[in-house]
Amino acid sequence: MKLPQTHADAAADFLKDTERSHWHDETLWHVRSKRDASAEKIPEWEQLRTLASQIKDHVLSNLDNLLLKFEKNAQANGIEILWAKDAQEHNEHVLRILEENQVKQLVKSKSILTEECGLNHFLEDKGYDVVDTDLGERIIQFNKQVPSHIVMPAIHLKKKEIGDIFHEHLGTDEGADDPQYLTEAARQHLRQKFIQAHAAITGVNFGIAETGGFVVCTNEGNADMGTHLADIHIACMGIEKLIPRAADLGVFLRLLARSATGQSITNYNSHFHRPRKGKKMYLILVDNGRTKQLGREDFRNSLKCIRCGACMNTCPIYRRSSGFSYNSTVPGPIGSILSPGMDLKKHSTLPFASTLCGSCSDVCPVKINIHEQLYKWRQVITKEGPSQPSKKWAMRFGGNVMSKPKLFDLMGKMARKSLSISPRGFVYNSFNAWGKHRELPEVPKESFKDWYKKNRNK
Amino acid sequence: MSSKESILAAIQKNKPDLLPLPEHPEFPVEGDLVERYKSSIKSNGGQALEVSDPAEIRDYLELHFQDSQMILSLSEVVKGNYDIALAEDPHDLEHVELAILEGKWGVAENAAIWLPEESLKHRALPFIAQHLIVLLKKDRLLGNMHEVYQSINVSDSGYGVFIAGPSKTADIEQSLVIGAHGPRSMTVFLLD
Repeated sequence: MKLPQTHADAAADFLKDTERSHWHDETLWHVRSKRDASAEKIPEWEQLRTLASQIKDHVLSNLDNLLLKFEKNAQANGIEILWAKDAQEHNEHVLRILEENQVKQLVKSKSILTEECGLNHFLEDKGYDVVDTDLGERIIQFNKQVPSHIVMPAIHLKKKEIGDIFHEHLGTDEGADDPQYLTEAARQHLRQKFIQAHAAITGVNFGIAETGGFVVCTNEGNADMGTHLADIHIACMGIEKLIPRAADLGVFLRLLARSATGQSITNYNSHFHRPRKGKKMYLILVDNGRTKQLGREDFRNSLKCIRCGACMNTCPIYRRSSGFSYNSTVPGPIGSILSPGMDLKKHSTLPFASTLCGSCSDVCPVKINIHEQLYKWRQVITKEGPSQPSKKWAMRFGGNVMSKPKLFDLMGKMARKSLSISPRGFVYNSFNAWGKHRELPEVPKESFKDWYKKNRNK
Repeated sequence: MSSKESILAAIQKNKPDLLPLPEHPEFPVEGDLVERYKSSIKSNGGQALEVSDPAEIRDYLELHFQDSQMILSLSEVVKGNYDIALAEDPHDLEHVELAILEGKWGVAENAAIWLPEESLKHRALPFIAQHLIVLLKKDRLLGNMHEVYQSINVSDSGYGVFIAGPSKTADIEQSLVIGAHGPRSMTVFLLD
């Protein structure tokens, strides 16, 4: 399926299925409510957010030194460090490691970075069978889709559809859609893959500069099942995922799962510092546009993101348009400020996929000013980018009218008159995008200025 | 220029002026840590039981497991029926029904238990087992994560993990299912 070009077009497609879009909206709002309940249990919640934000501010302002420190300590631990300036180099590093170690079977746990780099397709083209082991990711891999949410990759699918997918790929009973039954089938299937795997690829939640280790968080335990059975562990990490000290984990692990799903912590939080005896551990540090974003003063804060997905769950637009409408590896509010930095043309409609209500900034555990950055990207895009000609024309016309008080009065009078006598089809038509699902307010009899003149001396 | 050099050069050019790294304040936790722990692990899909006599754990095992099943214990308190020394490779653990481990530290706020590599022998053990039991002394309970990180040095072990419950997923319509890839249950015995 070719994805429609603008976010609004794609969202309109999603909204055609009313039942599904309502379910999507309500389910994500429920996750947001769980986040609130969980955060409220921590008296120092706001203090933790401030701390996390300040720690990440320091990281970004000292990133070069911290990366060098991290590399030195990790190497001393026996981890091989590789650097990749872009997605291509990252993928080539992975391929070379697999070839050098003659890896045939590999399993992968969730990594948004490898999605960003298109690693699966790259390896599949080279003849590798890449097995995603996170349940949600396995489902969408069978379904030849990408994640629609960074924490809940298959949130766009209903259990009946998943039942059909498993019937086709895993031979589960036709029509069976019980989550317990389907999960058990995936468990049996993936256990075989874990047992057979020679290499395991994981993402990284936090890299610790001071100790040269890294932390991976899951609820399923799939990252651990993969890495502890395979001979080779390849960890893929964006350069912004660093934290200075192990003690900083106290702050971030308290915030991450609570912000993501309302859990107090993920059930597995694994700290890797050295490979198993006789085995190999590689870590690839990836730039892929991050250093450019670091140079954009208005947008560099977006690099503080710890990928909890809270901004998606709370966003009235994301909840009602689904992740695919963003056509970007990271969707939702945070994706809408990260992605324009990667490809402004491709993602030029994303900063407009927002009501600027600010809820995203309110729930962000590292206090990224997401809604302000959305507004700033709009300014950049409108200045440079391919904004819609109709919008440009309307803005120019509006600006002209509003700068001339007499003309403004005249236009107001004309509008009030014409709106009150026009037939409905004349006002609500394809030229009035605003009126598609909304009623215009009742037309007042006079302008505020006229009303004020009459009433000020009363 | 190597990729490393070009990435570092780009950072040096683009990074903002140095901002300070904040110190960690104290976040003391008040109240009954045992009760807090029990309620935390319940929300994570596990359970915690207080025992004063190790015989109670043996009774529990007799009730829930059979001797024909592979039970592997790394605790002195209760014995299993399979010797970890026999497992040269983690793949040998494929059919472990129950793993019994001793936790180093427990966190009342979120039920996480710190298990460094030395407490596992094989890193795969607490994941590949069908069920997991962890023994923890009550005086090893701390309030929150900050206190644990003050008490341990994470890089002392090649690997260490905070486990807070059984393996779980909600990837199908957000319905919680316990037993995704790893243990289908986690029981913590809190000992005096």
